[in-house]
Amino acid sequence: MLIFEKSSEGRYAKAQAPQTKAAVSGIPDHLLRKEMAELPEASELQVVRHFTNLSRKNFAIDTQFYPLGSCTMKYNPRGAHRAASLPGHLSRHPLAPESHSQGYLSCVYELQDILKEVTGMAGVSLTPMAGAQGELAGVAMIKAYHEARGDTERQEIIVPEAAHGTNPATAVMCGFKVKEIPVLPDGDVDLDALKDVVGPQTAGIMMTNPSTCGVFERQIEEISKTVHDAGGLLYYDGANLNAILGKVRPGDMGFDVLHMNLHKTFATPHGGGGPGSGPVAVGERLLPFLPTPIVGKTKDDSSFRWLDENDLPNTIGRLSAFMGNAGIILRAYVYAVLLGRDGLHRVGEFSTLNANYMAKLMADAGFKLAYPERRATHEFIVTLNEQAKTLGVTAMDFAKRLLDYGYHAPTTYFPLLVPECFLIEPTETESIDELEGFVEAMIAIQKEAEENADLVTHAPYTQPVKRLDDVKAARELDVAYSSAS
Amino acid sequence: MSNIPGELKYLSSHEWVRIEDDGETATVGITFHAQSLLGDVVFVELPEVGANIAAGDEAGVVESVKAASDIFAPISGEVIAINEELEDSPETVNSEPYEDGWFFKLKISDKDELAALMDADAYAEVCEADAH
Amino acid sequence: MPFVPHTEKDIEKMLDVIGVDSIDQLFDEIPSHLRAKPLHKVPEGLSEMDMMRRLSERAQQDAGALCFIGAGAYEHHIPAAVWDITTRGEFMTAYTPYQAEASQGTLQLIYEYQSMMSALTGLPISNASLYDGASGLAEAVLMAIRGNRKSKSKRVLVAGSVHPLYRKTVESIVENQGISVDEVTFDSSLLNTPVSALADFEGQDYAALIIAQPNFFGTLEDVDALTDWGHAQGMLVIGVVNPTSLALLSAPGTWGETGADIAVGEGQPLGIPLASGGPYFGFICCTDKLVRQMPGRIIGRTIDTDGKPGFTLTLQAREQHIRRSKATSNICTNQGLAVTAATIYMSLLGYEGLSRVANASHAGAQQLKSQLAGVAGVTLASQASTFHEFILQLDKPAASVLASMAERDVLGGFNVSDYYPELNSAILVCVTEVKTQTDLDKYVQALGDALQDAEAA
Repeated sequence: MLIFEKSSEGRYAKAQAPQTKAAVSGIPDHLLRKEMAELPEASELQVVRHFTNLSRKNFAIDTQFYPLGSCTMKYNPRGAHRAASLPGHLSRHPLAPESHSQGYLSCVYELQDILKEVTGMAGVSLTPMAGAQGELAGVAMIKAYHEARGDTERQEIIVPEAAHGTNPATAVMCGFKVKEIPVLPDGDVDLDALKDVVGPQTAGIMMTNPSTCGVFERQIEEISKTVHDAGGLLYYDGANLNAILGKVRPGDMGFDVLHMNLHKTFATPHGGGGPGSGPVAVGERLLPFLPTPIVGKTKDDSSFRWLDENDLPNTIGRLSAFMGNAGIILRAYVYAVLLGRDGLHRVGEFSTLNANYMAKLMADAGFKLAYPERRATHEFIVTLNEQAKTLGVTAMDFAKRLLDYGYHAPTTYFPLLVPECFLIEPTETESIDELEGFVEAMIAIQKEAEENADLVTHAPYTQPVKRLDDVKAARELDVAYSSAS
Repeated sequence: MSNIPGELKYLSSHEWVRIEDDGETATVGITFHAQSLLGDVVFVELPEVGANIAAGDEAGVVESVKAASDIFAPISGEVIAINEELEDSPETVNSEPYEDGWFFKLKISDKDELAALMDADAYAEVCEADAH
Repeated sequence: MPFVPHTEKDIEKMLDVIGVDSIDQLFDEIPSHLRAKPLHKVPEGLSEMDMMRRLSERAQQDAGALCFIGAGAYEHHIPAAVWDITTRGEFMTAYTPYQAEASQGTLQLIYEYQSMMSALTGLPISNASLYDGASGLAEAVLMAIRGNRKSKSKRVLVAGSVHPLYRKTVESIVENQGISVDEVTFDSSLLNTPVSALADFEGQDYAALIIAQPNFFGTLEDVDALTDWGHAQGMLVIGVVNPTSLALLSAPGTWGETGADIAVGEGQPLGIPLASGGPYFGFICCTDKLVRQMPGRIIGRTIDTDGKPGFTLTLQAREQHIRRSKATSNICTNQGLAVTAATIYMSLLGYEGLSRVANASHAGAQQLKSQLAGVAGVTLASQASTFHEFILQLDKPAASVLASMAERDVLGGFNVSDYYPELNSAILVCVTEVKTQTDLDKYVQALGDALQDAEAA
């Protein structure tokens, strides 16, 4: 039942609005609203109960193991949330003067330094509000760099076919053409194909490493040399940074620019689909183009101040009204402070240990790994192609049945080049018991699929709804309630 | 592949073309094979009547729940009609891809282009290769 | 290490099963010379207790001033229930609802959110939200360029009275696609955009006209006349609006003869704390005709295999994970958690509550305006109608007056002189329902004192 359907005319949470209705003066009648908007009319208790009950219809990290590949669903420390919610942080206006902002600015400044160190880059801007906006900033900087040198012939961005959809979408948003190159059966990029497409028209390449295939790109140095020799730049999609945090730095691999997903690697909550935060880091060449604002210090080093286009005349500009998802940045800072240098160093180690352990258990149980001869990174791919062909039970069916066993499904059908795949990312914060429990559930579902495929293909049974009619949703579009309809 | 009418011409991107009896008009749609790859069609975007399009141009988009494909113009010409019925009943593309599920009609501007199109046998081979 | 549950025994067992001697061996595909050295420049970790102490001190440093700055971020009362429920782990630590059956909570909530935004703006389609108001406006521009089939140009027209930081954001995002944004000058004595200002653009090809209501100066525009002008020129009309004001001012869907085509704005006033500028959320609503140009997630209502109602992501074929390089935008996430708070906020207040907030904010601003009329060295820049912000012109430099007020712990407004030099020394002042008469008196006192300081200096 919708909150609108619980409404009664004239009801609202009276403690929550001004006690009297103030008079309006001096506004011409034709600019005033004539009809009230159809918002809910409910009491405070009705609202509290409605949304509390809605929350219980969700899977979440706090309630379930959530091994969603490429999304890094690790524990979100409550301490970070509490610290970011201190009244002084919540009440600071984004345009408050620097005299009343030193506390916040100092946190931002320190996080900039920490992120420079863990990525091996020369400069950081925290303003992009999500990974995709970080990508936009990064590719826009590549464009600005070539234009500043008067090299306007570079119209192409190279993207491996296994890349996240955001990579080609971003390149196009920045006015580039996309050249996709294939990935070899062992998960590495096809270097010959790269050499065929690279040239004076190449602005850069966008890569994820470890790739979305869940393996480390072993030829990264040669790729770097090939693209750099042709005058292009290397973009690092930080979606999988968790795998290598503290172990390898993108800057040392030869990347010129990258974005990080703080909601993944730095454990800020995913919030049911955001807010995220997608800071960018750059090497020396791209420093002048960083998006604004950035936090710097005053000349005498005594206090912190905003750097804007007056300090960075070649900046690609501003990506939000203020300075991005400030509260998420604060949570990421707290996470880094809690972990410290040793803790950050071990993120990559334990996320990799967990993934390799699970991969081994799955392989031993008879599941087919997509890249069995490779080390898993922080995630790995299982293909259920055999089950789909012989039993008629697809990856989607396994995914839905997992929900009945109390596990969120891994990422399904991505990357597109592995048929019927599961991309599984356990993260470092899960215990050995959870990992084993998930594998046991997969073994049980496999048995069900062999004995009674229908049971699996009609799952789930324990959720608030069964499988939904997506075709009806798209053909008979209903995206807003109205009491009239 | 079962349903590839012999009288039509085809593109490897799965559009079909019918030359109407007047010899001047071409009707364009997508094949049975294409609609089965896409699954339930939920929306079709068509060109505007009066638009001049060239062979190989993107002339529209066909959308299912999980995919979207561009529709390419098989030959050049002016769009003289579009199938407005598809707006309310896109499922016709699934049920009758060669009849009521047509997309648009062109006034053919260069008949020589027809020679470059595939016949049914050649297209059947494309579908066959797809299946592997 | 914090948050890693493994015991020594666990680690031994796991390494044994994998068949390696050490964790380090798991990284043997990475060339050894690329391996990172210890992260010397990162400080040692702190316990939660020590961290909280540091963060509390820093929060304290920034707290305590009476804030009259608005300029796109507004201090409103946030009912306690809003964030109590929003921060339940089931909302806060879930992700994008790809597995619809296990995400009905978030999905139904977003459907309800879409319904509320559609009701407020008077436009039938809302998405699940964008990052913020400014980047939302950039998406609206891209939408208009794609959606206006009559226009062949890659140009849009924007009123100079639209928030300067929004205009900068739009430029940095859309200029990559070769789209140009041309500016309409505003009337500097009224601080709004008369239709006569558009005469120069008559008959030119632009994909869209962008106007704001209230505009950056807090002033009201004649949105009906501007919308009709834009439509007569074949442009789509994009309205940048404040959601609180929509409980008082006409909805974009009703502007002029046929209504604006796209409404976009900052959702922060709906229950989101100021919090240094984010996370907020951008809302965007449009006509039915433009639905397939909409960027980002959209939730639809449907039924399950038993015929029971349920909610799911829909029209996904527009999005990057399917369309890749042909997607409407590269956006994946929305600002789900901020939307959760806004949905609960709007449910608690209802239309009556929201209109009380809007009216009280407007009345407070009117009251402060009248109190300032008697202060020497202060002029109200325009006599035109305003919502809850207005421009003051000062006879002393704005920067030093504001600094002097800040020393008295009153943040007196936003200095607009840098963005609009033609207004000379000018500040933008905001009052909302949270300000009491005592607060207003304090403002008048602090401004008077600051001006005297400047006089003495």
